[in-house]
Amino acid sequence: MSAIDILAQVLRIAVPYLFAAAGGVLSERAGIVALTLEGYLIAGGFGAAVATYYTNQPWVGLLAAPLLGAAIAGIHALATIRYKADQVVSGVAINLLMAGAGAFFLRLMFDSSANSPRIPALGDGLGSGLAATFGQPLVWMAFLALPATWWLLERTAFGLRTRAVGEHPQAATSLGVSVSKIRVTAVLLSGAVTALGGAYLAFDQHKFTDGMSAGRGFIALAAVIFGRWEAPRALVACLLFAAAETLQIRLQGSPLLPSQFVEMIPYVLTIVALAGFVGKSAPPAALGKAEG
Amino acid sequence: MSDATAPAIALSGIAKAFGPVQAIRNASLTVARGEIHALMGENGAGKSTLMRVLAGMFRPDGGTAHVEGADVTGWDTADAIAAGVGMVHQHFMLVPTLTVAENVMLGREMTRGVALDRAGAEAAVRALCEKTGLVVDPARKVADLSVGEAQRVEILKVLFRGARILILDEPTAVLSPPEVQELWRVLRTLRANGGTVVLITHKLDEVIDISDTITVMRAGETVGRMATAGTTPADIARAMVGRDVALAQRVDTGVTVAPRATPRLEVRDLCVAGAERAQAVDHLTFSVQAGEIFGIAGVEGNGQTELIEALAGLRRADAGSILLDGQPITACTVSERIDRGLAHVPEDRHLRGLVLDYAIADNLILGRQHQYAGTWNLDFARVGANAAKQVAAYDIRPADAQLPARALSGGNQQKIVIARELGGAQFPAVILAAQPTRGVDVGAIEFIHARLRAARDAGSAVVLVSADLTEVIALSTRVAVMYGGKIVTIVPGDAATPLELGPWMTGAMRAGAA
Amino acid sequence: MSGRAMRWDETLLPPLMALAIAAVVGDLLILAFGASPGHVFGLLFEGTWGNAYGFGQTLYKTTTLVCTGLAVAIPLRAGLFNIGAESQIAAGGFAAALAGLALPAGVPWPIAAVLCLLAAAIGGGLVAAVPGALRAKFGASEVIVTIMLNFIVLAFLNWVVAAKLHVPESLHTPEIATGGVPRFADFISIFHGSAANVTLFVALALAAKMWWYLFRTKQGYELRAVGLQPEAAENGGVSLGRTWFQAMLIGGAIAGAGGINYVLGYKHYYEEGFATGSGYIGIAVALVGRNHPVGIVFAALLFATLSQGGLAVNAVVPKQLMDVLQAVVILAVAVCVPEVRRVLRAAGGRAA
Repeated sequence: MSAIDILAQVLRIAVPYLFAAAGGVLSERAGIVALTLEGYLIAGGFGAAVATYYTNQPWVGLLAAPLLGAAIAGIHALATIRYKADQVVSGVAINLLMAGAGAFFLRLMFDSSANSPRIPALGDGLGSGLAATFGQPLVWMAFLALPATWWLLERTAFGLRTRAVGEHPQAATSLGVSVSKIRVTAVLLSGAVTALGGAYLAFDQHKFTDGMSAGRGFIALAAVIFGRWEAPRALVACLLFAAAETLQIRLQGSPLLPSQFVEMIPYVLTIVALAGFVGKSAPPAALGKAEG
Repeated sequence: MSDATAPAIALSGIAKAFGPVQAIRNASLTVARGEIHALMGENGAGKSTLMRVLAGMFRPDGGTAHVEGADVTGWDTADAIAAGVGMVHQHFMLVPTLTVAENVMLGREMTRGVALDRAGAEAAVRALCEKTGLVVDPARKVADLSVGEAQRVEILKVLFRGARILILDEPTAVLSPPEVQELWRVLRTLRANGGTVVLITHKLDEVIDISDTITVMRAGETVGRMATAGTTPADIARAMVGRDVALAQRVDTGVTVAPRATPRLEVRDLCVAGAERAQAVDHLTFSVQAGEIFGIAGVEGNGQTELIEALAGLRRADAGSILLDGQPITACTVSERIDRGLAHVPEDRHLRGLVLDYAIADNLILGRQHQYAGTWNLDFARVGANAAKQVAAYDIRPADAQLPARALSGGNQQKIVIARELGGAQFPAVILAAQPTRGVDVGAIEFIHARLRAARDAGSAVVLVSADLTEVIALSTRVAVMYGGKIVTIVPGDAATPLELGPWMTGAMRAGAA
Repeated sequence: MSGRAMRWDETLLPPLMALAIAAVVGDLLILAFGASPGHVFGLLFEGTWGNAYGFGQTLYKTTTLVCTGLAVAIPLRAGLFNIGAESQIAAGGFAAALAGLALPAGVPWPIAAVLCLLAAAIGGGLVAAVPGALRAKFGASEVIVTIMLNFIVLAFLNWVVAAKLHVPESLHTPEIATGGVPRFADFISIFHGSAANVTLFVALALAAKMWWYLFRTKQGYELRAVGLQPEAAENGGVSLGRTWFQAMLIGGAIAGAGGINYVLGYKHYYEEGFATGSGYIGIAVALVGRNHPVGIVFAALLFATLSQGGLAVNAVVPKQLMDVLQAVVILAVAVCVPEVRRVLRAAGGRAA
């Protein structure tokens, strides 16, 4: 295994994290807790697989994934913004819903609760070199997701409003900015972007599998927190966590270091960061609070 | 629709209730174009609520609102801003993590293509600064600004939106005297340029200083309108309190308490950090004797809240010591202080004073719950007996101790707090009473004052903090004025007058310079 | 106490509305599958309450869910969200198994069972102490810390069992020598084959104890005050940090105790994933039970019925239907609680 192969593996593992972390930053900076990332990933994988299967056109799947992701995010937005439901509770419910619904609809549509039929890949996904890796459109899109999020938040009017709404919603309201509109938009975008990560998993494995997201949404959430809710830092965190996972895969069965301990790295780092052991870490001030 | 001859603002018969609380009723206000209009009244008179209706933050339950002749009843903030009405709130509405320019353009962003035009916004803010004399660096983060600078940003925000009608809610509460003069200069410039200003305040000297016309509110109603020229402070004060100020006079019961060797409360060199200032309480020293009400007057935000919280054990003292009956309590917990005879009537009863969803009976033991704990459980027979006694003694209505505190009126809620803190078998050694009558009806005010006097006559030492100067003067044995975290003067209560205390409160006079 | 301080309509309406919504969604999904809702709900009832085995399995699942429901509810009463019951119950089960393995076979089972129960409570409590302490000391969000700890603790247990303790070709530890508790089938033969065991009474006793704790003791009075209005509680001499820590510790210990249902009552060993999902369903149980121990017992029975019923209907509709319905119930309660409160208070405000 060459260093290039290892690098390519890190990058591929990072793809769903990057999409989901971008979604996490968008949602949380607007003040809405993003425990739902796991659910959006499932929505994306399911949407991509089903749409691709029925049309045999991977690009239709690529469009369907963010649409389904945004639809599921719409439920979260409706519950937490319109009805002021607790954001943590709604997040837990959305994840349970998607975990159950994925398997339910697999059986409804394909009479198998384990996985969908085989679907064609998107782009040139063969080989393992760097060029082949970046030949997949979803890979380079993933690496643009967090920079684009940064640009959106820091350099556009929508981003300015999003940051204001997540920090001090009353201030935004007093200037005639609709907190609900901004938050709904941010949450829908969050669902759409994150779902692309799920789509990547489906195309990569040529099918949708029950339990495919495997906690990746939570690793992405960890990356958002470890990255102090800033897109560039979150990008570094995603790569760090992906590198740890690569290491874990390569250590499997090795007597040197149990792979389970490497698996813990992202979670331990996040707790350490949250406790304030590595610099000051302040979440958006209005995170998790219903408006008014 | 705008009528060039119509007044800038014409509010008529406005009413607004929040749940069971009628905040304003039948409030009317007419403001001519190009004048500085003072809206006066005591705390809780409904000034801010009325102006929030005008600014589109609240929809009125009744009445009509016209701006420059157009009917604007029930509009929202976006409409108000578009029509040139802007409000600067008492509690700043600034996003601390954004820069000055970002805060100013929020909601009305300057863009180049799809991207924000930061340079353009900063230039626009700079130009506005030069035009108005409100100096602040547009590229700085708001979190790094001083209070005075933050207020300038608030005014810039409103002017950036082209406001012709500017509403300022207690703008001087947090300003130093030179900053206040600076603000007056800015407001006069605005007036000279045809702008209209409504100034919400409860300070007489400011009104005389700056306003053209005055409207006075009392208990949710507008009760008087007068031209500033030819009006005396006594006239205004009378309209504000609804009776001759002389009536709110001192009641000396003639009881004298035997002197003790040690003061009941002694504060030595106390330093306390606040949310906004590192030295919110700045090397404070004073003592309160048995049988004394020690009144602390001052503009809010000069360290009174931090002082009371430090005395109650809710906020850490950075330096200095606190002694109760000669014993140091600086390191004691809240609970230990309560056990040693410290009572606290907190300034915000909805936040600190009561658990609103707890029954009256449960609220009546808060802070003393360990005194009701048996071996296995709370002794509910005693909790109930205590509740029955206090509900009767303090005339808490409705007289049903199982109702949640949330269901009661403000006056009755405050009676629960007073009953709990003052209604024990004997009066506490030290009573901290912060804004004890804020938002409370007149009947309850009299009752609460009577209880504080009774505690004083029984030998308690009372520390009274109130934004209501007449209350402080009427109750206190001695009146201290806090300014900038320090006590700048102490005068005997029977010799204190608003006119004498005013300059100390505003920092116009300082210790040593007198 | 505080009889009328609690509004029955405000308390009971949201879960009832949520169940109605879930019933409608369930009907629609069953129809989408081409089955008859009546038939499916009939099967569900038959498979849970209609025969002794199914009922026994339902009671077994109820036992676990009462514990995880309480584990969520107690911290929530203090204003903290414990998403960590998932790993706390695993740690509890593991600790019980360790204790059972360490005890000599000669120790009488009641003594051994009590020791194992203590070990389980300590195991779960230790896991929950971490987020409690980090919240109290550093203000770290207990939501995130408990989620992260779920992954950490489960990975750790996975390693210990895989590397040190497992029976070859399996993912579980050896059987404990003593401490196994009787199953219902040991007394009443028609329960034969079902996992229901006397741990159910432990869970019910814990619920009763928690009712007493919350509503009858000084600590419970303080804990609820902290959850309702921390500033007022602080002014009443209550230490917020200590209360948060205690609430998490109690919650974790109860979740941990729930681990014995499997380890002492059912399989007599610790197995990876023995309680997967029960921590998350515990959140649903706490919400639907409105954080009240009595409500939690009924809510646990309901969710256990849905879970066991999923197996009974699996031949006609996928058992995941029940997962979907559980999620719908959680979401609906979360939406209905603030909405019902708003509507009732608006109506009350007009009347006043």
